Parts: sequence; C-alpha cells; structure tokens
Amino acid sequence: MDFNVIREYLPIYWEAFFLTIKIGWIGILISFGIGIPASFSMFFKIPVISQIVKAYVELFRNTPLLVQLFFIYFGLPKLGITISAQTCGALGLGLLGGAYMAEAFRSGLEAVPKTQSEAAFALNMSKGQLFRLIILPQALSSSVPAVVANVIFLLKETSVFSAISLMDLMFTAKDLIGLYYNTTECLTMLVLFYVIMLLPVSVLGNIVEKKARFSMFGE
Amino acid sequence: MTNLGFDVLFKGSNFIRLLLGVWVAVRISLISIVLSIILGMILGILMSLKNPVINAVSKVYLEIVRIMPQMVLLFVVYFGATKALGLNLSAETSAVIVFTFWGTAEMADLVRSSLISIPSIQYESSFSLGLSKVQTYIYVIVPQTMRRLIPLSINLITRMIKTTSLVMMIGIVEVLKVGQQIIEANRKASPNAAFGVYATVFILYFMVCWPISSLSKYLEKRWEN
Repeated sequence: MDFNVIREYLPIYWEAFFLTIKIGWIGILISFGIGIPASFSMFFKIPVISQIVKAYVELFRNTPLLVQLFFIYFGLPKLGITISAQTCGALGLGLLGGAYMAEAFRSGLEAVPKTQSEAAFALNMSKGQLFRLIILPQALSSSVPAVVANVIFLLKETSVFSAISLMDLMFTAKDLIGLYYNTTECLTMLVLFYVIMLLPVSVLGNIVEKKARFSMFGE
Repeated sequence: MTNLGFDVLFKGSNFIRLLLGVWVAVRISLISIVLSIILGMILGILMSLKNPVINAVSKVYLEIVRIMPQMVLLFVVYFGATKALGLNLSAETSAVIVFTFWGTAEMADLVRSSLISIPSIQYESSFSLGLSKVQTYIYVIVPQTMRRLIPLSINLITRMIKTTSLVMMIGIVEVLKVGQQIIEANRKASPNAAFGVYATVFILYFMVCWPISSLSKYLEKRWEN
C-alpha cells in the first residue's frame, strides 16, 4: 500500500464520488416521482393506466439496469433520440427505481386492513379524508423498510454507470488501474468510498425504519 | 430508419450465440444460488441461535453485503485477489464466489427472519402434544418456514440472473457481450444494429426472469396464511 499514491488519487476520487452521489440522488428523486403516482394508479385500479403501469413495473423489475442503460444509451440514438451519459444514467436509474418504488408503495397501501376504512366510514369520513388521514399515513409507515432497501439498492446500482462511460467511482477506479497498475490502492479506495457513501444511508435508514413503525402498534 | 437492426439477429448463428450467452448468465447464477441456499441455511440457523459472537460476525457480514455494490465485489475478487494473494482465479470462478458471498447473506437473512416469524406458541403447543424437539422441527416448524422461504428464495434467483449482467465487466462473454460483439461485427452492414440487438437482449432477460418472478409471486399469494 503506497500512501503517496492514495494522496495523489484522492481529489480524482472525490470528484467521482460527488458525481456518483449527484446522479444517484437525482435518479432516486425521479424514482419517487414515478413510483408514487404509479402506485396510486395501481391501488385505485384506474382502467388502462393501471395496466400500462403494471406492464412497466414488470418490464423494469425483470431486466438488469445494465441492459436498460445499454438500450437507452446505445440503442435509442438509432431512433434519433440522443441522450448524454449523465442524463441517461439518472433516467435509467429513475425508471428502474420507479418500478421498485411503485411496488413498495402499492404493497404498503394494500397492507392497510379493510377494517380501517370501514371504521373511517362509520365515523362519517369522506373518501378523501379516509385516504389522506387514515390510509396514507399507515401505508407510508409500512412501506418505509422497502423504500429504504430500494434507496440503498439504487445507490449501489450506480456502480453500473461506468459501462456507459460516466466518470463515476467505478469508472475512475478502472481507469486508474488501467493507467498505472496500482490495483491494491485503487480497489481499497473504491471500497472505502462506497462505504463513505452507503454506510450513513444504511445507518440512517435503520433509524428511520425504527421511528416509522407506528402503524404496527397495537397489533 | 426502416432498418432497425433486427435483421442482424438472423444472420449466421447470431441468435443461437445470444441464447448461449443467456445460458452462461443462467449457469453462473444457478451454481451460485445452489451454493448460497446451502450456506445461507446453515448461517441462518446459526444466526437464529442468538449466540453473541455469531451475531456480531454475521451482522458485520450482512452490512458489508448490504452496502457494497456487487460490481465492486467482483472487481475486488477478480483483480484484487490476483494482485494481493497471487491467486489466479478465472473470471467465472470469481463471479461464482462473489454471487455466493452475496447470496449467502441474503439467504441467511431470509432463513433467520422466517425462523423468527414462527410464533413461540407453535413450539409450546407441539411440546404439550408430546412431540420431541426433532419432531417439532420436522413436522411443525420446517414446513411453515418453507412456505415463507421458497417464494423469497425463488425471487432471489431472478435477482441473481439480473445481476449476472455485470460479469461482462470482468470479461465473461455472456449475452450482453455477445450482443456487443454482434454489433461491432456488423457495424458496416447494418449501422442500426445497436437498437435491435439491445432490444432483443432486453426482451431475453425479461423472458428468463419474468416467469420465475411470477412463480414466486404466485406461491407467495397461495401460501399466505
């Protein structure tokens, strides 16, 4: 282990680290933006839309991100749709995550027992009140573990971006190994940077999971 | 724009080659899943014993697997082991090692949580019915655990298959790499091949994973109590 090499590479890694985080979190935001409406449409069984959403969820949950990115990045330009690597990364991650988030929120919504809606109707609540005040808070609470797992999964999936020549952590490590053959240092730094990126999320996720367990009380 | 590159697939043995590529991915994930199920069951049962040392070690192990991308693990094993330990692992061996390392953790967690989810009343009532400890496990606990475990582990198979797409990065020629080769070889003859070939790879993955994940969903619903 040569610490001079590590000191030399550190700025390059930080740059790649922030790029990875930026695209990762943009992708995750997109996935929330897609996942929440998609889960509502499946929960309320809106005709046509819910079928389309279901097909989308199955399609993206059953194919790897790498293949999706290759299709978006190399395949779509042949149809005249050209996207930059960064946009493609965020979009691919968002589409993949959207499908996972939709499933997470849908199962959360469906986990709310029927007696809850019946009790709410008995208390003369309107449908809007029922959804806003009774179903949504409980559904959010019970979908938290799945959402946390998805966020970690999506941040991990960012390592795939290197395949579409996005200068993320993985790409930087591969590039530096190829140039200078400092394999041990480069791989150690790669591992450490992923720990820096994901350990806080994992720990924070555990805390949030514990705090958000209120829908399980009374069982 | 009329030619989207689907014709490339029917030239020579291109489509067969793609299918063989799918088989490489499926083979790696099947070997790894068998190993992970065996090792994961052992580890899961050990974890449910609540031994503090085993718990501490397994907690660290599970956290490593939880936060390390599989791609990083692949690189560490494939390139790092060669350099640091002087081991010369073939790409496929290192892929199997990484996927087993990952799958064992997932499986162990599933086994542990499904063992814990069996209420203690089940144990107590079988003891009061005069069943021995072994009988309790064979007739009462294991069948219930299996019902929770089987759908989830089938789901793990699809995740393995999807993750095998990463092995092209350490030089294994699987379906995506074959697709790339076909596109490169036909760059002049059909410049739009990238669309057709990658769309086909997309569909191929879907056709492999979708039936398996549907089966897992079906079993999960059927065995819900």
